[in-house]
Order: sequence, then structure tokens, then C-alpha cells
Amino acid sequence: MSHSSVDHHRLRLVVRYTLLSLIALMFIFPLVFMLVSSLKPDHQLLADTASLRAFLPVGDISLSNYDKAFERAPIFLFMFNSLLVTAVTVVLSLLLCSMAGFSFVYLNWRGKQLAFSIILATLIVPFETIAIPMLLMVSKLPWLGLEGLTWGWLNTYRVQIVPFIADGLTIFLFTQYFKDLPRELIEAARVEGSSWWQVYWRIVMPLSGPVIATAAILKFLVMYNQYLWPIMVTQQEQYRPVLVGLQYFFQLNTAWGEVMAYLTLITMPVLAFYLVLQRAFIASIASTGVKG
Amino acid sequence: MQKNSSSLTQHNRSGWLFALPGFGLMMLFIVVPFVFAIVFSMTNQRLISPNPTQFVGFENYRQLLSVNLLVLDPVSTETGELKQNTDGTLTYPRIRTFTRNNPNYPHLQGMKEWFSWQWQDKQVAILASDPVFMKAVVNTFLFVMVVAPLQGAFALALALLINQRLKGINVYRAIYFMPVVVSIVVVSILWRFIYDGQNGLLNNLLHSVSFGHLAPVDWLGNPDTALGSIMAMSIWQAVGFHMVIWLSGLQTISPTLYEAAKIEGASGWQTFRYVTWPGLKNTAVLVLIVITMQAFALFAQIDVMTNGGPLDSTQTIVFQAVERGYGKQDISGGSAISVVLFVIVLSISLLQRHFTREKK
Repeated sequence: MSHSSVDHHRLRLVVRYTLLSLIALMFIFPLVFMLVSSLKPDHQLLADTASLRAFLPVGDISLSNYDKAFERAPIFLFMFNSLLVTAVTVVLSLLLCSMAGFSFVYLNWRGKQLAFSIILATLIVPFETIAIPMLLMVSKLPWLGLEGLTWGWLNTYRVQIVPFIADGLTIFLFTQYFKDLPRELIEAARVEGSSWWQVYWRIVMPLSGPVIATAAILKFLVMYNQYLWPIMVTQQEQYRPVLVGLQYFFQLNTAWGEVMAYLTLITMPVLAFYLVLQRAFIASIASTGVKG
Repeated sequence: MQKNSSSLTQHNRSGWLFALPGFGLMMLFIVVPFVFAIVFSMTNQRLISPNPTQFVGFENYRQLLSVNLLVLDPVSTETGELKQNTDGTLTYPRIRTFTRNNPNYPHLQGMKEWFSWQWQDKQVAILASDPVFMKAVVNTFLFVMVVAPLQGAFALALALLINQRLKGINVYRAIYFMPVVVSIVVVSILWRFIYDGQNGLLNNLLHSVSFGHLAPVDWLGNPDTALGSIMAMSIWQAVGFHMVIWLSGLQTISPTLYEAAKIEGASGWQTFRYVTWPGLKNTAVLVLIVITMQAFALFAQIDVMTNGGPLDSTQTIVFQAVERGYGKQDISGGSAISVVLFVIVLSISLLQRHFTREKK
């Protein structure tokens, strides 16, 4: 009796794991295909799609696609650009959006409700639809830099950074989190004579680890995967990020092995980052949903 | 002076100082370009033009949105009989005889056929001054209406599957989420290999499971399958994201409710229907709104995979906005599309909010 129930239990476990694994295969096979194909010469890569060999590192395996990819495009430059733009934007975004969130939750000021409604309304404007007016605008904006006052932001890092520092979602995430912090802490600090900056920097921010992680991860994904905007604003190679670099690989006769090598290279930083911080990634997406 | 500040005190100066950097950037880089879009949409602005920009009112919107109906009688011969083709079908006057410099039909000037059908012995044609945009609107709505429910449902199914205590479940969760972190551009390029017409992975799979009975399909090159293929890929790519949101909703449901259901002898379906689903109401609203917004913004997949083709079967609103404003440098036309999209999305989000509020 108990013997058969153990068998039954085992059977159910096997069924569950099989189901979970089959679904996992569905999600992972294109990435396996990418990685494996990057190791194959073009003719074999295309021929192998006829069978399961497409997912196996068999046949004429080498790293030569990677060598050729590095010859074709300045990949390290593109990666550096992407990482620089992403890192600077994430840091500035965390600072300015948390400050705005702090102001919306803890401070009372004239115009606050209106400002907050505008921020929520921006959530429904897809970026692609304002990209063109923005392109015209940034081509004429002034900038005060080391070489004095200059006009026009095209072909710079700042044109890829500044417009994306503040966004509605990040500010919204911070306000949602700050609302649940104990107000007594803030009021006590004020009574003791702390300035608002001290309250923000010494009390609120140190308590905000989870929301900082959430905001940072979401911003990282958006920025590293920027596509349309950098195509529009970086005509010069010097400032191009990784996805614009793809254009170097889609010429008349596309060398698919090199494309796969390049895709693997530019996907690796994100995947590595994701696999290391996997729990935080998923917890952070989840936390955007808890409030509803 | 402000030492005994309560939450009711005004702090105008500090409040503005804290909010201004972030809020100011948002005004400058979201609100101002959006206002520009509205202004441009009422002009004939082009990126580079020898002529000065002029105010044209709602002309761009008229050009985008005009739709008209044209009913055609079949052509008769001189004896009054209906003229028939050799295969027995009736012939009709060509539509362009009405839309090109026809003084009797000035309101049809410049319009093109969007679609038409047979009604008794007449041909009914719907004309639009911009049939490509109309197709883009229809495709976008189709995409939203298919992707939003399917992606939401699959994501919930995955969340329920992953929300069990099993060894190694985190590994599966991590894998299901993986496509979300990969750029949609990279994903789209990879899926071109899956959908390829001759040697694609999908065709090869279908070929072997059907023992050669299924003929290969050019998934992205066929107007009947292209949009569906992009829908399937989009669902696949983002389903993990929504799975995680559902999962967080599932974990807010108190375990005591499940225990009570178990004691009462509820079946799996009953437990879901009366315990799980009511606990997920808020999450459902959020998932629905987020998916709808993302679906309306459909662009990168189209740009990488089909460029709107074949035969405009994968045109979308955002793709059209970018193609006109950037590709064809028709700033005013592209801006008008952007404003139309904003109005659509705003109306839908207000509707969604209205309906989801009433339920509570």
C-alpha cells in the first residue's frame, strides 16, 4: 500500500520535472543555437539547421568567427560605449529619481499634484513616438563643456545619457517604496534638526536597498538594449553602442557565423550580469507588481 | 523655525529643489518633444526642405484618417446586359477612374482602395487616403488583442507551475525569465533562423514530426503568417516578465486560504477559481495594462524581421511613425501618427481603468 503510494509520488515528480524541462528547452533553445552556431563556419551553420546538429557543437568547430568579427568591427569600443552610457545613466537616474520620489512623498509644495499627474501621464507615451521631435531638439541644444559653449548634441555620449536619466516608472517605483517607510524615523530626524538632505541621504536612502536594486536593474536592461535612438544620433563610429554595431555585420553577403559570434559577445555581459544577480533580478520585477 | 515640521507643513523651496532635477529633465525630454510632436503634426515640417514651414491645421490628420465608401455597379454592354468575363465574373469600372481628377467625385480625390467585397452584383470598396496607415492600425489592434490575453494566460500558467516547492525550481524560473534580459533585436535576429522559409528550424521540425507531410512555409514572407509569427515570438520573449509579476501576486495569497480549501475538499480547479483567482485581481489589472502598453509600442521586431512587409501585413503604428518621420523625413506626417497613437493609448488606458475600478 505505502509502497505503491511512494511509486505514485515518484511518478508525479518525474512528470513534473519532465514538463518543467520541456518548457525550459523552449525558452533556451535560441540562445543555445546562437552560441553553438557562432563556432561553426557559415556553410555548416546553415546546413546544420536541418537537424538537431543545429544545437550541438559538432563538426568544424573553431573560434575563427570571433577573430573575424573583431576584425570587422571595433567591438571593444562598442562595448565600452554601451557600458559607459548604461552605467552613467543608471547612477544618475537612481540619484535624481529617488530625490524626486522623496520630494513627492515627504515634502509638500505647490504644484506637487499636477507634477505627479504629468509624470504618470508620461508612462503611456512610447519613446519611439517622441523620438523624432526629440532628434530635432537635441540637434540644436546648447552644451557648456571644456571647449566652451557648443551647439548640438549629436554624436556625443550625453545625447545617449541625459534624455534617459529621469523617467516616470523609476520615480513611481521610488514613491511606492518610500510611502511604506516608517514616517516616525523621518520626523524624529527632523525634530533633531537634520536638514532634508541629511534625512534623504542618511536615513531614507540606506533603507532603500531593494528599490534601488529594482530601479537599477530595469534601467540597465533598457539602456544596454537601446536600439532606435543610438541609430539616429550616432553617425560617428566613436560613440556607437553595441546594437548599432550590428549594422557592420549585415552587409550584402551576411556572414552568419560572424553575426552569431557578435550576438553572443554582446549578449554575454547581460546574461552574466543576470545569472549572477538572478535572484535580485526576479525579485525586482516581482516588486513592481506587488502594489498592483 | 521649521523644527516642528509635521507632514502638513509646506516646504516649497526644499520640495522644488529635490524634485526639480528629475522633473525638469522629464519635462525637457518627454513633455517638450511631445508638445513639439503636436505642433509639427499641424504643419508641413520636413527634416530638410527648401520651403518655409507652414501651418496646415488638421490637414495631416485628414490625410491619415480619411475613409470613404464607394459602391460600383457592374459594367453593362450597349444592349444593357451585364458584361461578363470569360470565367463568368462581372466586370467593374476601375476605382482609379473615380479617385483621379474625376470632377463628379472631388471628395475621393487621391484616395486608394483599402479593401473591397462583393455585395449582390455590386462591388463595395472602402477607400482610404492612407491605406498603409489603416493597415498599420488594424495590425496593431490585432496584435494587442491576440498578444495581451495569450501572454497573460501563458504567464499565469507558468507562474502556477513554478509556484510549487520542488528542488531546483529556481533554476527553471531563471531559465523561463532569460529571454526577457536579451535584447529584442538579438532575439528577432535569432528567430529569423527559426522562421526561415527554406531551411528554418521550425520548418525542419514540422517536416520531421509530420514525416515529410507538411510543406515548408515562409513564415515571415507570407502575408497570412507573418504577423502571427511575430505575435508568437513576442509572446515567447516577454512571457517570463509577466510570469514573475503573477508570481509575486500568487505569493501574497495567504496559505491559510489554501489550507481551508483543502479541508473543505476543493478540487484543483475550485481552489483556483475561488481562492487563487480572486486573490490575483490587482495583479491581473497590472499585467493587462502593462502588456497592452508594450503591445501598442511594437516596433523593433518589425524593424528587424519584416520592415512592415510582406504586402504591409506587418505594418504597425509605431513602425509607420518612425518610417515616415525618420526614414522618409516627413516629420509632420510621423508626428501626426504619434499623436493619433497617444490618443488611442490614452483612451484605452482610461477605459481599462474605468472597467477595472467598477469591478471592485
